[in-house]
Amino acid sequence: MNQANSNLHGVGVQVRGLQKSFGGQRVLKGLDFDVQPGEIFVIMGPSGSGKSVLLKHLVGLEEPDAGDILIQGESIRSGDVLSKYRLAMVFQSGGLLNSLTVGENVGLYLSEHRLKPPEEIARIVNEKLEVVGLAGTQEKMPSELSGGMRKRAAIARALVIEPQLILYDEPTSELDPLSAVIIAEEIVSLNQRTGVTSLVVSHDRELAFGVADRVAVIHEGRILTIGTPEQVRQCAEPLVREFLSAGFKRNSS
Amino acid sequence: MFQNIGEMVILFWRTLLALPQTWRQRQKVFDQFFEIGNASLLMVCILSFFIGGVIALQTGPVLVERGLASAVGGVVGIAICKELAPVMMSILIAGRIGSAMAAEIGSMRVYQEIDALRTMNINPITYLVLPRLVAIAVALPLLVIFSILVGWLGGALVSVANTRIDIPFESFFTTLDDVVALKDVVNGVFKSFIFALVVGTVCCHQGLITRGGPRGIGRSVTKAVVNSIVLIVLFDYILTRILLR
Ligand SMILES: Nc1ncnc2c1ncn2[C@@H]1O[C@H](COP(=O)(O)OP(=O)(O)OP(=O)(O)O)[C@@H](O)[C@H]1O
Ligand SMILES: [Mg+2]
Repeated sequence: MNQANSNLHGVGVQVRGLQKSFGGQRVLKGLDFDVQPGEIFVIMGPSGSGKSVLLKHLVGLEEPDAGDILIQGESIRSGDVLSKYRLAMVFQSGGLLNSLTVGENVGLYLSEHRLKPPEEIARIVNEKLEVVGLAGTQEKMPSELSGGMRKRAAIARALVIEPQLILYDEPTSELDPLSAVIIAEEIVSLNQRTGVTSLVVSHDRELAFGVADRVAVIHEGRILTIGTPEQVRQCAEPLVREFLSAGFKRNSS
Repeated sequence: MFQNIGEMVILFWRTLLALPQTWRQRQKVFDQFFEIGNASLLMVCILSFFIGGVIALQTGPVLVERGLASAVGGVVGIAICKELAPVMMSILIAGRIGSAMAAEIGSMRVYQEIDALRTMNINPITYLVLPRLVAIAVALPLLVIFSILVGWLGGALVSVANTRIDIPFESFFTTLDDVVALKDVVNGVFKSFIFALVVGTVCCHQGLITRGGPRGIGRSVTKAVVNSIVLIVLFDYILTRILLR
């Protein structure tokens, strides 16, 4: 049973009436959506709309006040679901362990769970770091990397897990346009290679519409619209239009 | 502080349940162990020497004036091994090592490193708390044994050198040997073992519940050290009362 589950790639996620408040401030006001197995689902929304909080619920780092989250139809409240499926989260700030080298960070999942012998881990770490364009940084400490490099190392660490559900919190927010494209390509190619269900939180409209199978726009803890990139672009809802068309123009005389 | 006692007991219990994992985490236990040794050995040495010296200095002249020169070794010996070495070293370790534990775990909490561990299905108790608690529970009693020996030596040297006490080196230790039994040393070392568990649990717990940026880490460290010291003194009274019989 367990074996079958760990070979199965791409889990489905259902969010049902999810609510969360922090000390009187209602952050999530009842979210409902489904993510199909193997889909790339992008969540967009302005800063402070509750995107990061939502992702934390999906990996069990926060307890919902009301509502439920189902992974492959099982509630994550029932306990063991989170250890049954391999999940990975790329934190907004990277979330690398500052006391370990980059290489140790990337290989942490394998070494801590004793899944592979050390030489094999070293090889995999090399390979994944190369994928994100950080070859040769194994021995560096996270504090010696730039913000964008840390984010990429965090992505490499997530790749090593070979997850069934991967959550990216602003994967390209600190990257230059070229690296952003590389990361976007990696998100898509990982998805195609392994069929992993991918949830991407991003403000980056190009990335979002480029990689997404479906897009949800969230605002102040509510979902405004949800659909394929085409459907969302054509959405008439004023807040969505405003968010998607926002652009900066310099008022020159 | 006291609303957290329940949480600390739970953390301690979970760490005990994780004990079978100690061998797998041995590298981290060794790292912590050597860090404790490196950070505190010299300080333990200096502190113990002067504590022993000052006890001899305070009690020696009074006893000698009343014709009790033969009691100096015993008084210094008992005071050091049953009370001063265990309590002072535990307080020193709370300040030196406990604070570091709270700061390290607290910053991991604040910078989402612990969240990252949990998403990788790595238990923070096994990964962070267990090695620290095991290391401190082994290291502190060893440091206390060392401290007792150095403290006695300090007492003896002061007793020899001070003209108002003026006891020969050998007779200091002969009288010490008459009074102090192995049981007294074991008693002190046992107390320090309990203090080590207290310091480790309090400081790791405080680290884990840290909230809110660098200032939160600072607050956590202060709280961890103060609470450790309060609990050390409290437990000291309780344990002494129980062990007295
Ligand atoms: N642990 C917490 N305690 C209290 N309030 C919180 C906590 N986490 C988040 N919040 C609040 O929840 C709201 C949503 O935060 P969240 O981090 O989800 O925003 P976001 O959509 O990810 O924004 P950004 O795009 O800037 O990352 C914010 O107003 C924040 O203040
Ligand atoms: Mg966020």
